[in-house]
Amino acid sequence: MEIKHTAIAGTLESSDIQIMLSQGTNGIEINLESDVIKQFGDQIKQVITDVIKDYGIDNAKVKAVDKGALDCVIKARTITAVQRSIDATEPNWEVL
Amino acid sequence: MKNNVNRELPDNLMEKMDYKPFESVEIGNPVVQRVAPTVRVSNGENKIKDSLEDVVKENVKDGMTISFHHHFREGDYVFNKVMRIIIDMGIKNLTLAPSSLTNVMNDMVVEAIEAGTVTNITSSGMRGSLGDAVSHGALKEPVIFRSHGGRARAIEEGKIKIDVAFLGVPNADEMGNANGMEGKAVFGSLGYALMDAQYANKVVLLTDNIVAYPNTPASIKQTQVDYIVKVDEVGNPDKIGSGATRFTKDPKELKIAKMVNDVITNSPYFKDGFSFQTGSGGAALAVTRYLRQSMIDNHIKASFALGGITKPTTDLLKEGLIEKVMDVQDFDKGAAASMHDNPNQQEIDASWYADPDNKGAVVDKLDVVILSALEVDTKFNVNVMSGSDGVIRGAIGGHQDAATAKLTIISTPLVRGRIATVVNDVTTVVTPGDSIDVIVTEVGIAINPKRQDLIDRLAKVPGLPIFTIDELQAMAQKIVGEAKPLEFTDRTVAMVEYRDGSIIDTIKEVKD
Repeated sequence: MEIKHTAIAGTLESSDIQIMLSQGTNGIEINLESDVIKQFGDQIKQVITDVIKDYGIDNAKVKAVDKGALDCVIKARTITAVQRSIDATEPNWEVL
Repeated sequence: MKNNVNRELPDNLMEKMDYKPFESVEIGNPVVQRVAPTVRVSNGENKIKDSLEDVVKENVKDGMTISFHHHFREGDYVFNKVMRIIIDMGIKNLTLAPSSLTNVMNDMVVEAIEAGTVTNITSSGMRGSLGDAVSHGALKEPVIFRSHGGRARAIEEGKIKIDVAFLGVPNADEMGNANGMEGKAVFGSLGYALMDAQYANKVVLLTDNIVAYPNTPASIKQTQVDYIVKVDEVGNPDKIGSGATRFTKDPKELKIAKMVNDVITNSPYFKDGFSFQTGSGGAALAVTRYLRQSMIDNHIKASFALGGITKPTTDLLKEGLIEKVMDVQDFDKGAAASMHDNPNQQEIDASWYADPDNKGAVVDKLDVVILSALEVDTKFNVNVMSGSDGVIRGAIGGHQDAATAKLTIISTPLVRGRIATVVNDVTTVVTPGDSIDVIVTEVGIAINPKRQDLIDRLAKVPGLPIFTIDELQAMAQKIVGEAKPLEFTDRTVAMVEYRDGSIIDTIKEVKD
């Protein structure tokens, strides 16, 4: 699966995360901003990476601005961003 | 060495700074020696000076200790005005000993550290760019954090020896009689500054409002003041405190407040003549509102309210639900104005408020206190000093002092964003678990196991879920996941004193 165009999901409200996905060439590259990066940075990146890989996407640039989101929120926002970036009209039930 | 809250303390610093490790919240009856300031005798002539520069030049020398109060909070103009002159004069190696440091002072202190003007700091707390700089090792010597009561004690026993105190006031007469209640930038109680006025060798008042002699009521007295300097403005009245107090609509805060009220009203202390202290946070203000209704319903009046005072508290005074307000500082305009108008709102200094080495402080008579926390651990220890990233971003304030009340309640959400509030071990122990009785979160409460009496009593309250502190911790972790431990270097950037002057914890330089 390939990313067709840049897509964004999520807000900058507290307890949310904003995920911006765009085409990449060098695996999944994540640029993460977070106040809790020291304690949860690895975990946040892992959740984002897992979702993208579940879609069979191998290359992507991810800009993530985290405002203290829980894993369920990170997963939901990443799924939405991927769906938008591949112009999907139906949910990918296997990923959910 | 380790202290009694199981914190490893650096032996070399403990010895060099002549500190004892924290042992107990019990103060006992030690006999202490107090100190007195030197006095340059004057009959009061020529106390008024036009030039702040000249006053600084004549009185501030390398290596001295200077102090300020923080009653103007985020509206303070005095600190930056004085420090600008001191830095520009090239004075070095000062110890900065303010009652606390607010955000408007941060950048100036960082500049003073970089210039070598300030090499030591003792304060109630610090935040923002200054907390960040100190946590990254900007100072060679560790900062000493003291509670408001602890600062009063340290001043009285000479651990803090103030050479020159620069105290901003909204009014003063030509001899130095001053209060915090009249003028443009009024803040009400001068509680913290009264220590400096009494114990500093030199006292310099800065005011934008010189009034006719004799100025009464005089909180700071002419007998204590060396100079009065007229300046354009001492502070921004709009930033001293929040204007109108807004009651929170946050359902989580309201739920916590309701539970706090349930704990108070079902405790043995809720009876006619009880006393209480609340903070200024959203939940604390909501507690005051619930408590008011409970007091009316049960025909109970409080003998006094203590501490940092807000308008909801002075409203209760006006309503006759509280007999007296013992006021060390005012958090908003309403509370400050009330002190002016209501003789039952008594200004108290920091020693009277909370000094442990005293012949009795008001906190010793306190029944119920509601305090906040950045973190609480499974030993009930509380951190109000270091943030989730390990960086200094808080202040002890009166936390350690008021926590000695008969019923000490910590009101806090279980998690904030992705940060757990109830944890296995707090980053920095500020207030020992021994003085904490009940933790109230939105999911329920936890009671310190040593308070079996409270456990028995509160177990019967309908709709008040009781958990063990370990259960609360597990719930918090389940929501946020397991945090990676913070990384610090071996270097100590701050020592945290308990109110008795022993060391309860240290803060290390953060590793980035």
